[in-house]
Amino acid sequence: MNSPLNISRRTFIKATALAVGGLVIAFSIPNAKRFLLPGIPEANAAEEGNKLPTPNAFLRIDTDNTITVMLAHSEMGQSIWTTLPMLIAEELDVDLSKVKVMHAPAAPEYIHTAYGIQITGGSSTTWSEFDRYRQAGALTRALLVNAAAKKLGVTAESIKTENGFAISGDKKISYGDLAEAAAKLETPKAVTLKQPKDWKIIGKATKRLDGPEKINGTAIFGQDIHFEGLMTAMVARSPVFGGSVKSFDASAAKKIKGVQQVVQVPSGVAVIADNYWAAKQGREALKVEWNLGPNAGLDSKALVSEYRKMAATQGLTAAKAGDIKTASAKVTKTVEAEYVLPYLAHSPMEPLNCSVKISKDACEIWTGTQMQGTDQQAAAKILGLKPEQVTIHTLFLGGGFGRRANPAADFVSEAVQVAKAAGVPVKTVWSREDDVKGGYYRPMYLHKAKIGLDANGMPATWEHTIVGQSILLGTPFEAFMIKEGVDATSVEGVADSPYLKSVPNYQVSLHTAKTAIPVLWWRSVGHSHSALVMESLIDELAHTAKKDPLEYRRALLKDHPRHLAALNLAAEKAGWGKPLPKDVFRGIAVHESFGSFVTQVAEVSVDKGVVKVHRMVCAIDCGLSVNPDSLKAQMESSISFGLGAAMQSEITFKDGMVEQSNFHDYKVMRMADMPKVEVYIVQSTEKMGGAGEPGLPPVAPAVTNAIFAATGKRIRSLPIGNQLA
Amino acid sequence: MITLNINGKDVQLDAPEDMPILWALRDVVHLTGTKFGCGMAQCGACTVHLDGQAIRSCVTPVTAAVGKKITTIEHMQNDKVGQVVQAAWSAVDVVQCGYCQSGQIMAATALLTSNKKPTDDDIDAAMSGNICRCGTYPRIRAAIHEAANKLA
Ligand code: FES
Ligand code: FES
Repeated sequence: MNSPLNISRRTFIKATALAVGGLVIAFSIPNAKRFLLPGIPEANAAEEGNKLPTPNAFLRIDTDNTITVMLAHSEMGQSIWTTLPMLIAEELDVDLSKVKVMHAPAAPEYIHTAYGIQITGGSSTTWSEFDRYRQAGALTRALLVNAAAKKLGVTAESIKTENGFAISGDKKISYGDLAEAAAKLETPKAVTLKQPKDWKIIGKATKRLDGPEKINGTAIFGQDIHFEGLMTAMVARSPVFGGSVKSFDASAAKKIKGVQQVVQVPSGVAVIADNYWAAKQGREALKVEWNLGPNAGLDSKALVSEYRKMAATQGLTAAKAGDIKTASAKVTKTVEAEYVLPYLAHSPMEPLNCSVKISKDACEIWTGTQMQGTDQQAAAKILGLKPEQVTIHTLFLGGGFGRRANPAADFVSEAVQVAKAAGVPVKTVWSREDDVKGGYYRPMYLHKAKIGLDANGMPATWEHTIVGQSILLGTPFEAFMIKEGVDATSVEGVADSPYLKSVPNYQVSLHTAKTAIPVLWWRSVGHSHSALVMESLIDELAHTAKKDPLEYRRALLKDHPRHLAALNLAAEKAGWGKPLPKDVFRGIAVHESFGSFVTQVAEVSVDKGVVKVHRMVCAIDCGLSVNPDSLKAQMESSISFGLGAAMQSEITFKDGMVEQSNFHDYKVMRMADMPKVEVYIVQSTEKMGGAGEPGLPPVAPAVTNAIFAATGKRIRSLPIGNQLA
Repeated sequence: MITLNINGKDVQLDAPEDMPILWALRDVVHLTGTKFGCGMAQCGACTVHLDGQAIRSCVTPVTAAVGKKITTIEHMQNDKVGQVVQAAWSAVDVVQCGYCQSGQIMAATALLTSNKKPTDDDIDAAMSGNICRCGTYPRIRAAIHEAANKLA
């Protein structure tokens, strides 16, 4: 990380003069360096060595000293609006507070350095951009230094940089004054990045750059877009997934003041109006007859029974070692359990919305999206345009949690269809009910496990069957994430569990269920269910073996130092083993996901069946923490999100329809239920991992393990709800 | 035409009587700091002040505001308590996605205006109607205590 980087070998880089003066730094990573997703058309892949249009930059310095950083990723709360500029500011030697930040458009230059498409997801932004953004800063600094050296007639080595100035002796030139000259210089072949010991910004707790506008109400989210002529649409969709419009009667809807048009689109019937209120009333007045289709009998309870039947049969092998049959002789005790985890909605605070303006040979889209490239492709296809004729303006996302990263581009495609059918610019908005009922859920999962303990109480055999829908089937990710029928995201956290490494004989099997319910990654993807199961099972084994749950984990994880580091730090800070207030009990869980290692310790009491979580102590090893304060914020966030879901959230089906509709019945975390949270960061120089998701997986099992400690009852399905009543 | 007093100014607007204040603010006068989250008084994203009281503007029709004063997030920098709350929000670095925060700040300001030294229970009672999907609750609590100290 500290050696000079040979830029030309790693990336294509170009410094360009702006027409108005100033300097733009653009990068692209050659295809060969990336893992390109099959099925992503050529136009979305960066071409090496040419065609870098100047606006597609990472960094831009104007002659008025404005420094603009373009984000290849979307800000949805995780604070990359601050983290990525920190990387550039560190190398460029500028005052971070003076940096202007913008979301990048959809363009090949902004393709994810590891995933091959433009995406914000997988808790990957910081580690995947750590080199690229630092290089952009370092390269720009080198150009500015060379320009200053030329201007002052001194050597580049004699120039130092500070706070946006190149300094030689008593002479000081601002970057803005050097930008034009720098743009004309040849791009250096290599730059040296700063040594960690010289970092002034990286690793320091840094205030969010988007704080002020989000505090005074001026931050613009997709929902806030307004321009002359923009209409508002709401779409009536089939109450059953897979249903279609049989007929509709718009006469009453059209009588509502402000309703302008009612048009049919592939996903239903759109009411287009002057404003939200008129669109909403228009949609209520609209009469639609639906062909409910083959899924009108869909029922959650029946689905669980079906999954249970599947779990009793042999599935596809996801991981395997030893031979369970012959090892069974050594087994002295057996633990058998079934776990059921429900469908979950993401329900980001900002309901989905997307504004679209179509002209003869162009389309402009304003939305909050995690997947600009895919959305651009989808819009282009609908309109018969080339992808580059579709401009995506990414606004602040009022939360994403995976819902705004849809390979099917559902809400963007629908909004394009509505604007196309209406012939006017339209903002298609979702109500909260649309969001809760609209699909793309965390899939329901059933796990069945049978574990044999040896004479020492350690697992000798482990049979584990998982049943659930595949998230990646039918998406461009299928080709490399589904191997021999096994979707890696269905079994992650189990098939690759460090615990299994110490079990001589194991078999992890998968049944991929097929239903009409659209599913999608939900914050922490497969780990959102697998961690609950694995950490509950381990806890159960420890109790069966009459061992302390922490000690039991330490023994099984003895060859996994990063798990141990997170485990030990959290246990120490939580005071594991020390007395607790009366009626309060502890539970612990550790889980690796997205390259980071997190332990949660929960302190819980159960009074007359009511569970109260008092305190959560969290420790994370994610390698280098670029902004420790935003890392802590992500842990707090994951605890809230994970705990709210574990306690109360579920999406269920009856007669083909979703039973929940809004926050009164799709319940989430609220202030009064939020425990005290303490977050500790393992000082680590290990490989960087993610922050947005890894805090979540161990939350639910830490709590259910504490419930077991308190009551002796093992929670085997979520939400916890009133199971203890 | 209906006349509403918004952030100290009388504004004439063409809005049906049953239109919630939220949509009059957002879609008619284009003050978009006030957010939509649920439309049924469940999330608090739309919280504004009506004569100083925190209300859910998504379920309050414009007619209910006639002759009264509507105050929104855009006006908080001119509000004595609102300023302190915003400064505390900044000091604690509360926000994440930010979408719920206008409503949180309006609810916190109403709380601190009527209760200078709220306890944790007071905060639970006043703030539990405001959902934050990003889970900024611990920081909201800390910021309210910090603002209370500054106001003391
Ligand atoms: S939008 Fe009014 S309370 Fe949710
Ligand atoms: S900051 Fe995102 S919902 Fe509260």
